[in-house]
Amino acid sequence: MTTSQAAALTLRRGLASVRSVRTEGFPLIPICIIVGFALLAIFADAIAPYDPQIGVLGDRFRPPAWQTGGSMAHSLGTDHLGRDVFSRLIFGARVSLVVSFTAVIVAGFLGTTLGILAGYLGGWVDQVIMRITDTWLALPALTFAIFLAAVVGPSATNIVIILAAVFWTRYARVIRGEVLSLRERDFVRLAIVAGCSKRTIMRRHILPNVLNSAIVLGTLYLGVVIVTEATLSYLGVGVPPPQPAWGLMLADGKKGMMAGYWWLTVLPGLCIMLMVLAANLLGDWLRVKLDPQLRQL
Amino acid sequence: MAGPLLELRNFSTHFVTARGTRVVKAVDEVSLSLDAGGTLGIVGESGSGKTTLALSILRLLPKAARIAGGQILFDGEDLIPKPESEMRKLRGKRIAMILQDPMASLNPLFTVGDQVSEPLRVHEGVRKGPAWIRARDLLKSVRIAAPETRVREYPHQMSGGMRQRIVGAIAISCGPRVLIADEPTTSLDVTIQAQYLRLLRDLQREHNLALIFITHNLGIVAKMCDQVAVMYAGRIVELGPVRRIFNAPAHPYTRALLGSIPRMHERGRRLTAIDGQPPDLATLPPGCSFEPRCPDAMDICRAEAPPALAVAEGGIARCWLAQPGRVPEAATVKS
Amino acid sequence: MKRYIARRILYSMISLFLLSVTIFLFVRVTGDPAVLLVEPGASQADLTEVRKQLGLDRSLWVQYLSFAGDLLRGDFGKSFYYRSPVLEIYMDRLPYSLMLAGAAMFFSLLLGIPSGIIAAVRVNGWWDSGGKMFALLGLSMPSFWVGLLMILFFSVYLGWLPSSGSGTVLHMVMPAIALGWFFAAAHMRLTRSSMLEVLGSEYVKLARLKGLSEALVIGKHAFKNALIPVLTLAGINLVIMVNVAVVVETVFAWPGVGRLLFEGISFRDFPIVQATVILGGAMIIVVSLIVDILYAVIDPRIRYDR
Repeated sequence: MTTSQAAALTLRRGLASVRSVRTEGFPLIPICIIVGFALLAIFADAIAPYDPQIGVLGDRFRPPAWQTGGSMAHSLGTDHLGRDVFSRLIFGARVSLVVSFTAVIVAGFLGTTLGILAGYLGGWVDQVIMRITDTWLALPALTFAIFLAAVVGPSATNIVIILAAVFWTRYARVIRGEVLSLRERDFVRLAIVAGCSKRTIMRRHILPNVLNSAIVLGTLYLGVVIVTEATLSYLGVGVPPPQPAWGLMLADGKKGMMAGYWWLTVLPGLCIMLMVLAANLLGDWLRVKLDPQLRQL
Repeated sequence: MAGPLLELRNFSTHFVTARGTRVVKAVDEVSLSLDAGGTLGIVGESGSGKTTLALSILRLLPKAARIAGGQILFDGEDLIPKPESEMRKLRGKRIAMILQDPMASLNPLFTVGDQVSEPLRVHEGVRKGPAWIRARDLLKSVRIAAPETRVREYPHQMSGGMRQRIVGAIAISCGPRVLIADEPTTSLDVTIQAQYLRLLRDLQREHNLALIFITHNLGIVAKMCDQVAVMYAGRIVELGPVRRIFNAPAHPYTRALLGSIPRMHERGRRLTAIDGQPPDLATLPPGCSFEPRCPDAMDICRAEAPPALAVAEGGIARCWLAQPGRVPEAATVKS
Repeated sequence: MKRYIARRILYSMISLFLLSVTIFLFVRVTGDPAVLLVEPGASQADLTEVRKQLGLDRSLWVQYLSFAGDLLRGDFGKSFYYRSPVLEIYMDRLPYSLMLAGAAMFFSLLLGIPSGIIAAVRVNGWWDSGGKMFALLGLSMPSFWVGLLMILFFSVYLGWLPSSGSGTVLHMVMPAIALGWFFAAAHMRLTRSSMLEVLGSEYVKLARLKGLSEALVIGKHAFKNALIPVLTLAGINLVIMVNVAVVVETVFAWPGVGRLLFEGISFRDFPIVQATVILGGAMIIVVSLIVDILYAVIDPRIRYDR
């Protein structure tokens, strides 16, 4: 083998292992990102250098520290009201994370429960739940969420409820399918023969077996929920101001953007993207780890 | 024309994992030969390498496979050094193959006529009109009724038996010299199987085809084949004329397959179960690969892999027991 | 096949019915619907008047019937802001949304299908890894952010493309890309997995056994089969695009139904919001029906089913 052939072979082997680590290995980077944002969100009060809602009008549109005109006083610049971007991003993380995670968990609870009920009890319970699920699934999440926000009025709690109400159907459908096949398995039949009540069976036998799928679905939809929340904020029907939210920052930033104040657009969006990317990667990894059968999801 | 039509000499195919750590010897030192008009049966459990062998002849192996040695001589020419473009001219035209599942073999979105006439259009440059007419004739020759209507229909509109005939029609469309049939009747109803085998036999006679029959069904082998090759763990452990193999099997594995020790009295008897598992093809023992499960194993079997030894009434067997002077009943049985 | 079509149509009608019920219930049941259906800044007297008009004192069932009756007659209410029937306004704007969605779909298929096919054919190669990365990014970047970035880059910095409005084809380029970006990633992923499945099928193996050239195997045998799920998805996605374009249309001030919805929520013009949601949902249901029927016609397996 010549030196060049050997070099080519080493390169190929090395890159092959890099590729496989990326797709199969422990998702260190996504977890770091999520944990990082979570820490920022939890300790926002301590970390943020400024109050995110108070701005100094004389300090408007300051660029980030590394550009001319910027300074370390406002490391990532200020917005159109002179508010510190870095602080707003950190507090915005709090809103995005809390709202999205809570919504995903609530939707998961609701969807899994209803999915189990529909799948196990069958009959009219199944019909009713499924008809609602199918109809609500026909409406895109965003449209439905906007509609609900217009009806009930936006507030932090309302947004969580709205998002949960829109997304539970995605869980219900899949969980119901799983329950349908679980129902025929021997250990369930044994439990019936042993005289367990329906409630016990659903709780002790069915639930633990669908938990895997529920978790995977959660990671799958976390990214979508984050983007939906950001979109709602951008459109003005998300968590109401002056609470900072990334989507809202993007909407505010648009005015500045046309004048070239790029950081008001790039930075919040970057946060959204990183968060969603991390959620997606984590979800991909979890999916393969927890159940290779679910890979086609 | 002198010499066999198809001949394999010490042919091997290995599968290598991406990092080069595991080498699976899927086909190991296989030698066999087939004359024009002859029928060779290849028998073995799943995983024994039969399908890999067939795909190796046509060079349709997955990326991880490497041809590790030997020759494949077709009409005197070695196929191994041939470039892909030439192999493509062989496939479907001079060497054809039928697969096991007829429903899956036919593309659901194209008509039967399109799929049957395709080899003609590609290999012989026949134009669409005349190709369809020949397709219709081909359907007639595989005994499909009302070929004019069938030609315009889609695969899902036909029964399993009909589909397998269509696959047969595709195979013979360009007049190949060799036809490889990989478990062609396994997915068919038992009642249809006999019809199909009869069809294959007739086609073979009409076109002077050499037929390679891959199967795990010894009954079919007995009915259809002149010679039989028994494969185990990627190697041919016994090869010979069909009568000899059935009447006087020389290899313990063959004997186990035929379910009798040492002689065979009835045909069609239930196969006896063989203890143990087929070996991992990546870590084959230095000795005979069948030794762990062999009821007649001797010490030498573990130490040294037997070569292909000639058997008196014809053919070979890879077994120390086949050596002249050794009588199977007198072998020392492993404790 | 006729039976299949009849059944499908029935299901769609049930879905439409349930959609109207859902919207109706949400409005009526949460809080005081009169507040929503009255102009912002109205007085107490107006509220009482509207309540009487809506017949809120009647039973829910009767209210629904009058609501449904209105819908079927094409009466979706009147916009406070525009002072004309919402249906008219919606229909005026719909062509713009369809144009945008069409362009976005074209872009997403143009990008998604070839890259998906190449990724599958050269599976685990560089193109595949690159494709996976692109898909991941596409699915992680919010469409409106993509739009904003493009405006920043192509309008503010380079000055090549207009940042809003709808006059020329140039106006459509950025919104179409912003809208289609996410779907391009989704289509690429689906094409890739569908193609991989098809490439592993027995009939592709047989095609190779026939001695067909690789180009013919992929181009003829694999391609058509692999596209079926993708095109089905694309059909539905088109209508979904029309609906989720609300934010892209807002960013680019594109005069479609998405922007209309935004105006509705900005100006608290509830009839617009209600109508847009109902019509959007109805469109999806109807188009799914059409796609399913088309699918039945094209796929010979369903066509000839007894």
